[in-house]
Amino acid sequence: MGQKITIEPVTRVEGHGKVTIHLDDENNVVQTRLHIVEFRGFERFIQGRPYWEAPVLVQRLCGICPVSHHLAAAKALDVIVGVGPDDLPPTAEKMRRLMHYGQFFQSHALHFFHLASPDLLFGIEADPGRRNVIAVAEEFRDLAVQGVMMRKFGQEIIQATAGKKIHGTGAIPGGINKSLTIEEKMKFLIGKDPMNIDQMIVWASSAVELFKDYHRKNRDLIDHFAAFPSSHLSLVRKDGALDIYHGVLRAVDKDGKKILHDVDYQDYLDYIAEEVKTWSYMKFPYLRAIGKENGWYRVGPLARLNTCDFIPSPLAQKAFEEFRSYTGGKPNNMSMHTHWARLIETLHAAEMMKELLEDPDILSGELVKKGNKTIEGVGLVEAPRGTLFHHFRINEDDLIEMANLIVSTTNNNEPMNRAVELVAKEWMNGKEKITEGMLNAVETAIRAYDPCLSCATHALGKMPLQIELYDVNDQLIDHMQT
Amino acid sequence: MSKVVNFSIDGKNCMAERGQYILDAARANNIYIPTLCNLPGVKPRGSCRICNVKVNGKLMTSCTTPVAEGMQVENNTEELLDLRKAIVELLFVEGNHYCPFCEKSGNCELQALAYRFNIMVPRYPYQFPDRDIEASSKNLIKDHNRCILCKRCIRAIKDEEGRNIFAFKRRGHKVVINVDSKISGSLNDELAQKAMDICPVGALIKKEQGFIIPIGKRTYDKHPIGYEFDVTSTETL
Repeated sequence: MGQKITIEPVTRVEGHGKVTIHLDDENNVVQTRLHIVEFRGFERFIQGRPYWEAPVLVQRLCGICPVSHHLAAAKALDVIVGVGPDDLPPTAEKMRRLMHYGQFFQSHALHFFHLASPDLLFGIEADPGRRNVIAVAEEFRDLAVQGVMMRKFGQEIIQATAGKKIHGTGAIPGGINKSLTIEEKMKFLIGKDPMNIDQMIVWASSAVELFKDYHRKNRDLIDHFAAFPSSHLSLVRKDGALDIYHGVLRAVDKDGKKILHDVDYQDYLDYIAEEVKTWSYMKFPYLRAIGKENGWYRVGPLARLNTCDFIPSPLAQKAFEEFRSYTGGKPNNMSMHTHWARLIETLHAAEMMKELLEDPDILSGELVKKGNKTIEGVGLVEAPRGTLFHHFRINEDDLIEMANLIVSTTNNNEPMNRAVELVAKEWMNGKEKITEGMLNAVETAIRAYDPCLSCATHALGKMPLQIELYDVNDQLIDHMQT
Repeated sequence: MSKVVNFSIDGKNCMAERGQYILDAARANNIYIPTLCNLPGVKPRGSCRICNVKVNGKLMTSCTTPVAEGMQVENNTEELLDLRKAIVELLFVEGNHYCPFCEKSGNCELQALAYRFNIMVPRYPYQFPDRDIEASSKNLIKDHNRCILCKRCIRAIKDEEGRNIFAFKRRGHKVVINVDSKISGSLNDELAQKAMDICPVGALIKKEQGFIIPIGKRTYDKHPIGYEFDVTSTETL
């Protein structure tokens, strides 16, 4: 009875996911789940390795934002080698920040231009053969070129700071292994058109405008598609500014009330727990104080702009004020507005890269420090997809004894499940046959979170999304695979 | 008797000092013969067999065979290149060599030879042996997963009285590098660093300083191993 429909090209999501939808006798959706069925086990096989290997080893979880894992691990190991965030040499911190902003810039550009823009430009139910970046390149050439060049610029920043565009070695416990050369700095500041930072700022600004224009024309879709109230969690700088590299943990509820009050993330286990469910390899984190049922939260661009008080760069701050005023200063719970938030962050990353490139510390200074060694440390950064926790404990021989990683997509597990359920109900209730448009609507909801499903289970592979439809007797009645 | 002998490598006339080993003589004549266990200034042992050449049709380790007058040495032949490549492949499958997170990557002679021999996939099945890391020493980690048993550390690292600090422990396929417990205290930071530097792979790692050399500044980032000897011979490999 099951029917398998194949859609090509493969879906624009990192990793392997499966959605199951259960119907009652009237073909109404009673349960929808996003299953992540990969398993990778980095937390286990890093045990027994020398601790300084962690930033280089663990980043192999991912090829899109390995810098996040690289930096989160390095920050945890800073604590272990006795170099607190305030003791890190300025050159080291600024090089790491530059690396991180470079990554945000390239990863957000990749997500918006390559993965998400086909849905917005062609429509959710457009011909799947055209709903891809190649078609974007054909019909919106300038936009596609911008996306490619922005990504290239970010990757080159990563190469200059980490040694390689993917899986470098820049951040080491207690510091960094290189500073920037004057040639590298000048290449980014005044490089040949369009590969210079001023052009990147212009393009990032225009991407924000592009989204706003799309929003004006498609207000119903953008404001209502997979919108639901939730709490939001992220790092913020101690003064409340948006900060993706370092700060304190803050969470707000759907109305903007603080439910996690700028706490030190070294104590994250006091505030956050993870629930395991039988049907997914991905855990479900929640705030302990609120409990399993309602303690879930969103992370990522939308959450960050909901938790922070301001953005410390002028153009992004202006865009942020407009973003905030749209919801009257209250948290924005509209899933598709994640794209808006992501583009504001892209602009912020460009502005911050310029500021750092003009900072003399980036060219010279002390690179590494050592302090009094301890056996345990936690490192936190905001990855492009959201808050990323790395926690390591070592033994007396300097070998890693315990590792715990909570990645962005894991933090977004419950919200993604809610988004999928909402969309499934809206698009499927009362219908027996799954349409291709319905499949892509589900994917679009997941895609707004820019999930990295491989990272989330620390699992291997890039595989397609699969949707299964069950009747009331749990019989599979339809099945689709992208 | 003349101190100089005349011999040839792949038909090229060469000169060497009498008693010089073929490997050293070849390098003196700007000809590259790859090796993993040889170390200048340390008595050769011929343990890795990468430097095999043919002398009068017979396979000999060039690091332990002295040149002789009129000797005809084969070096860059298809047969020898494949034999050397096969040995490098065997070393890869016999241990657990994971370059992506090894801090010797870029400075590793085994990795550099694999690149030089253009090894994409070894022809032999991986053994995935179950091996330990020994990290109880205060300044040095022994990662047996990566050890190729070249004996460089045994031959080159001595205490103040000239005694070997490293030795083989166990026998046959279970043999591992071991630090002599009676004199392990003499393995100071300087000797630990020297041990790491002379180890051709990442089996000996000085503690707490990983990945200090940025990508781009590592030994083999700019040029392949053997580049400095003979560009022509590099191209033929």
